[in-house]
Amino acid sequence: MSEDILLIVIKVAVLIVILLTVVAYTVYVERRIMARMQSRIGPNRVGPFGLLQPLADILKLIFKEDLTPAGADKVTYFLAPALAAITGLAAFAVIPFGNTIDLFGIKVNLFIADINVGLLYLFAMSSLAVYGIVLAGWSSNNKYSLLGGVRSSAQMISYELPLGLALVSVVLAAGSLSLGDIVKAQANLWFIVQQPLSFVIYFICAIAETNRAPFDLPEAETELIAGYHTEYSSLKWALFFLAEYMAVITVSATAVTIFFGGWQGPFLPGWLWFVIKLSGFIFFFTWMRATLPRLRFDQLMRLGWKVLLPLAALNLVVIAGLVAAMGG
Amino acid sequence: MTASTRHPADTIPTPPGVTLEPGPDDKLILSMGPHHPSTHGVLRLILELDGEIVVHATPDIGFLHTGIEKTAEGLTYQQVITVTDRMDYLAPLSNNLGYALAVEKLLGVEAPPRAQVIRVILAELQRVSSHLVWLGTQGMDLGAISVFLYALREREKLLDIFELCSGARMMASYFWVGGLLRDVPPQFEGAVRKILADFPARFDEYERMLTHNPIFLERTQGLGILSKEEAISLGVGGAILRGSGVDWDLRRDMPYSGYEQYAFDVPLGARGDVYERYLLRVREMRQSLRIVKQALDRLPEGPVRISDRKIMPPPRAELATSMEALIHHFKLFTEGFKPPPGEAYQGIESPKGEFGVMVVSDGTAKPVRAHFRGPSFVNLQSLAQMVRGRYIADVVACIASIDIVLGEVDR
Repeated sequence: MSEDILLIVIKVAVLIVILLTVVAYTVYVERRIMARMQSRIGPNRVGPFGLLQPLADILKLIFKEDLTPAGADKVTYFLAPALAAITGLAAFAVIPFGNTIDLFGIKVNLFIADINVGLLYLFAMSSLAVYGIVLAGWSSNNKYSLLGGVRSSAQMISYELPLGLALVSVVLAAGSLSLGDIVKAQANLWFIVQQPLSFVIYFICAIAETNRAPFDLPEAETELIAGYHTEYSSLKWALFFLAEYMAVITVSATAVTIFFGGWQGPFLPGWLWFVIKLSGFIFFFTWMRATLPRLRFDQLMRLGWKVLLPLAALNLVVIAGLVAAMGG
Repeated sequence: MTASTRHPADTIPTPPGVTLEPGPDDKLILSMGPHHPSTHGVLRLILELDGEIVVHATPDIGFLHTGIEKTAEGLTYQQVITVTDRMDYLAPLSNNLGYALAVEKLLGVEAPPRAQVIRVILAELQRVSSHLVWLGTQGMDLGAISVFLYALREREKLLDIFELCSGARMMASYFWVGGLLRDVPPQFEGAVRKILADFPARFDEYERMLTHNPIFLERTQGLGILSKEEAISLGVGGAILRGSGVDWDLRRDMPYSGYEQYAFDVPLGARGDVYERYLLRVREMRQSLRIVKQALDRLPEGPVRISDRKIMPPPRAELATSMEALIHHFKLFTEGFKPPPGEAYQGIESPKGEFGVMVVSDGTAKPVRAHFRGPSFVNLQSLAQMVRGRYIADVVACIASIDIVLGEVDR
């Protein structure tokens, strides 16, 4: 038993280190790819090919002055970024990123916890993340922050529903809420082939969930300066940054797990397949950011409530009917 | 809010009759600017918001006031050219052109044919470069950041041409009263031809990114509508006026610098929304290239400065051999030329609308009054009309579509 706990603690520690590194390099890769798309060069000064740029950025952020605006609600102002970052990291705990491997004679499962309500947990964490943003917007004593916070709460709540419905249809087909079981259910056929519509709905909502272009309204820099994190600086700002990219990685990882067969793939080891698929998604996020203009607040709401939600509900009904008809 | 919890921006004095105190009806008063990423400089808007909807917008200008008109009164006529650069700093050559033409009118002289054709070429390239900055910022304000970088990449090529001619990339001061600073270098024609060959494909590229993009259409169509009557009564110009269906272009309707000799279309819209202005400006860029091509094909040989030694300094080489040239040179650079008493007005079609210059002379070497009618300043008036009842995000799109340059609004 104590060995198990030790193993879990080690896994958590290793995973956090890996995730933080991945976030740092996601930023680097995004900047390089965007630069290439926009006929620029991108970061290439620090280290070979600019590979040490993330390290330089982090160091810079640590040494920046940490400001709290006059009139801010100090406790909330302090807690908001922590909340955003913690939920972002915690969500990753249930995602299986590889098959069981043999390490020094011990069988190690490549996920932290395969709980039987994994998907529900994932929802819970992403819903909690919105509090970080709302509280940050509210506590900053800045009108732009407030507007950003209001926007993001409205946006995340509206998109949570179709997102959930899209995933429920997968749950119906797989017959389990556990992400490990959902991956195993795709051994023969990925769910993207079986339920393309669910995937499209999921992915659109996921972009809105993560506040990324073209749904990056809460921090639309040309309208609200920096939205909810206008007043944040130094490490607090870095935590929001971390949370945003963690969210990108988490929704991408979820998409890989639920629709693209997770870590399964021929020839290569499971974790490598996982990384390859994940990179594809992150590239896609970057690509969209470099290409698309931003939607307006009301248009975003309209899309969420009038298009995606009915579509997701219809999709769910059809899938449920099919599952019942096939004697599921 | 108590005084201690104010945001620093709230402590800037407001224009008369406008207050930052929240009214009894719980509207949010937002001081947008003067430091805001999309007010294109230091424009400040005082927005009265009901949720995200703008109930009322009051532009507050003057943060970039440089006193250019007053400064001009202390400079000789030729020296004023340099301060005109600094008004609409995205189209300095257009400003140069307007001023040079006004003073030439006052003097009763006309630039030599070669100078006139070069002026047209550069003024049209300037229009393209100004529109490119507009296109980029319009895209960026709507969140399409790549368009901005593409547009500025192309603008670099145009700035290279201005640098080739004048030595300066932005503040060219290249058009002088009575001609040009100097003739264009031999590489000039090749460089412009290359632009003519490259640019249409680039415009196609931007249009592929925006013209049929559903998000872009959704964001710009039906936004910032200005009716024909409103456009006329507000006195707006350029693509805003033509977007509202008023067929008016000074290049065609009150030609100057020989514009009547070129064949070009004046794109005309009808709906008067942001999307229409977008379409018009992109088409205008193509028309400008058409004019440049015609001008380049007919570029005559000859001097680029008038031969009147009382207005234009003699060539450098003459100074070593001719006493008379030396005296002219000395007189011009210590005192300047003296136009006869009187006044002259010249309006030109700058990239943003009618740029007008009014010069009044009392017979001395310095203008007693120089007034500039800035198109950005006039066009900005239409903003409050455009954004009433729209969202904050629309305010940004409207500002971009008006295409203001604060250097010229505030002068």
